[in-house]
Amino acid sequence: MTGYLADAAALARKDLIVELRTRDTVPAMLLFVVAALVVFHFALPAESSRLAASGMLWIALLFTALLALVRAFVGERDQGTLDGLVLAPCDRSAIWLGKTLSVLAFLLFAEAVALPAFALFYEDVTWELVAGVALANVGIATVGTLLGAMAAAARARELLLPLLFLPVAIPLVVGGVGATVDDDPGRYLAFLGLYDLIFAILSWASFEYVVTE
Amino acid sequence: MSAPDADTIASGRRLGVPEQADADGEGARRIIRARGLGRRFGDRPVLSGLDIALDRGGFLLVTGPNGSGKSTLLRLFAGLLAPTAGELEVRSDRRRLGFLGHEPLLYRELTALENLDLYGRLYRVPERRERIGMLLERFGLWDARGATVSTFSRGMVQRLALCRTLLHDPELLLMDEPFSGLDSDGADLLQAELADPGGRTLVVASHQPERIETLATERLALA
Amino acid sequence: MSTSLRNNGAALLSLSAAALLVAGLSLAIFWAPEDADQGISQKIFYVHVPVALTSYAAFFWAAWKALRLLWTGEDRYDLESYTAVHMGVIFGVLTLVTGSIWAKVSWGQWWVWSERQLTLFLILFLFYSAYFMLRYSTDPGPRRSRTSAVYALFGVALIPVSFLAIRLAEGLIHPVVFKRDGPDMEGSMFFTFCVCFLAMLALAGALYRVELSGKRIDANLRELRERLA
Repeated sequence: MTGYLADAAALARKDLIVELRTRDTVPAMLLFVVAALVVFHFALPAESSRLAASGMLWIALLFTALLALVRAFVGERDQGTLDGLVLAPCDRSAIWLGKTLSVLAFLLFAEAVALPAFALFYEDVTWELVAGVALANVGIATVGTLLGAMAAAARARELLLPLLFLPVAIPLVVGGVGATVDDDPGRYLAFLGLYDLIFAILSWASFEYVVTE
Repeated sequence: MSAPDADTIASGRRLGVPEQADADGEGARRIIRARGLGRRFGDRPVLSGLDIALDRGGFLLVTGPNGSGKSTLLRLFAGLLAPTAGELEVRSDRRRLGFLGHEPLLYRELTALENLDLYGRLYRVPERRERIGMLLERFGLWDARGATVSTFSRGMVQRLALCRTLLHDPELLLMDEPFSGLDSDGADLLQAELADPGGRTLVVASHQPERIETLATERLALA
Repeated sequence: MSTSLRNNGAALLSLSAAALLVAGLSLAIFWAPEDADQGISQKIFYVHVPVALTSYAAFFWAAWKALRLLWTGEDRYDLESYTAVHMGVIFGVLTLVTGSIWAKVSWGQWWVWSERQLTLFLILFLFYSAYFMLRYSTDPGPRRSRTSAVYALFGVALIPVSFLAIRLAEGLIHPVVFKRDGPDMEGSMFFTFCVCFLAMLALAGALYRVELSGKRIDANLRELRERLA
């Protein structure tokens, strides 16, 4: 068990070190999310409700997440290093876990900028919003990593991943927006937890089949 | 094709082909066995009808022009690809397999040390630091250990890839054009390794096999 | 099973489907009573709901075949799973179309978000359309089969989760203005419904068989060519 977690940790650390040295993904994510929030200001009519603004935030977060998810496996595939990981004796799902952890880290960095920007431009950030974002992050990272691996094996992968990801992300948007605006956020947060549980288990279990022949 | 278990890297059976019992003792000695092995990509068959038998400690040299399927064959042996026809059995597990493919399988943004450390962890290499140090020294990369792979020359990359391949002391070595990109020093080092593999089984694919022809115990020429 | 028997099996299924369809539609149009509240427009229900249920059945069938593929590794399940998804999407589109017609006739709008089933099908349609994009972009082989299988499994997991999400969303976003309960079905309506449901299942089954044999013949042909080459 500790070997499994150690493998995942080593892989996650590897991704973070690579990102630290190339600075490919996170700066783009930061810039993108702020730009999106600004664009949305011009897209929303004046005196828009809290609901509309929250909805826009979630759209911005989803598309920012897609940036990270697309890059998650593209590098590994293009450089061929995914073969190296698949050849290794570690559990293939440990590869998934490592990637998921690094994607989560990138999302957290992006949200550390996005949420204050949201508070500045639109509405206050409540604890319910933060909780919703935290739970949704898990869902995005777990499912997105699996789908990213699927898409990376295909042509036109940057186009394919959003197509694969957005339908599955719809429940996350419902849960997140609901948690933010509804009087009873508990229901929505519980729903997000349920989503995370179901899809994390599914993704963990099926990753092996997506990266091997 | 059933999912490979821990003890066999590649195990592929096409439905309907009956399994033949091994002759006495053959199973233990045979490390790679293939019958009618074929691999097709879409509509294009790259390999077909291959029968291969390789004993432990042997040295199989795979020759053929570019595009003849040498790389595909090695990837099949490694378990990176599944056969689309025929049977393949490779009696080794991932822990004891070393693979050197077309790509060096190294992270360009990590240093030589970091790359080998990562693989050392994944392969549970005992006395990891010492072994890494020893390999880097042997292949003349000790001084460059703290530099990222992106700064390496082609020859250095290939040498580091060799370190990675040998790091966990594999019993089965699969090498695809291992001499490509190597300078003469590196080539000599590799030659020495191949000449005295210390009980390892070797499969080397090369389209210019002059250097190692004499060392091989088996040959397979692909068209 | 000999070829002639297999052919007869498929032919039998197609004939039954045709017969059931004719029977079901006739019953629906001429025999079943008009609904007290909704009048004649309610009759679309006899097509809309069976088609929707058949679509679900097709997706579950596809997921089952996908599971078999991952479990046994036998490639024939890939074609079966793919064909089932195809059926599911065809009937899903029919669901959306009939649902839209029903909405227009009932409430004067081509689309109502408060129709939970319809919204669910819209999400599923998007999801399974992406399935085809995935297959189209990946080179054929064991990887494509496995990836498609995993995606098909995700699809059926998505069905209940999306349904929950839609219910939760109703409170938030869309005021529940248009509400419709399933019609209270008396005996004759129920019977008509059952006939129509069986008809749609038979139709889906027949189409599935036909498409599957077509694909299998293609695959066999390709293999023969390769052997001869």
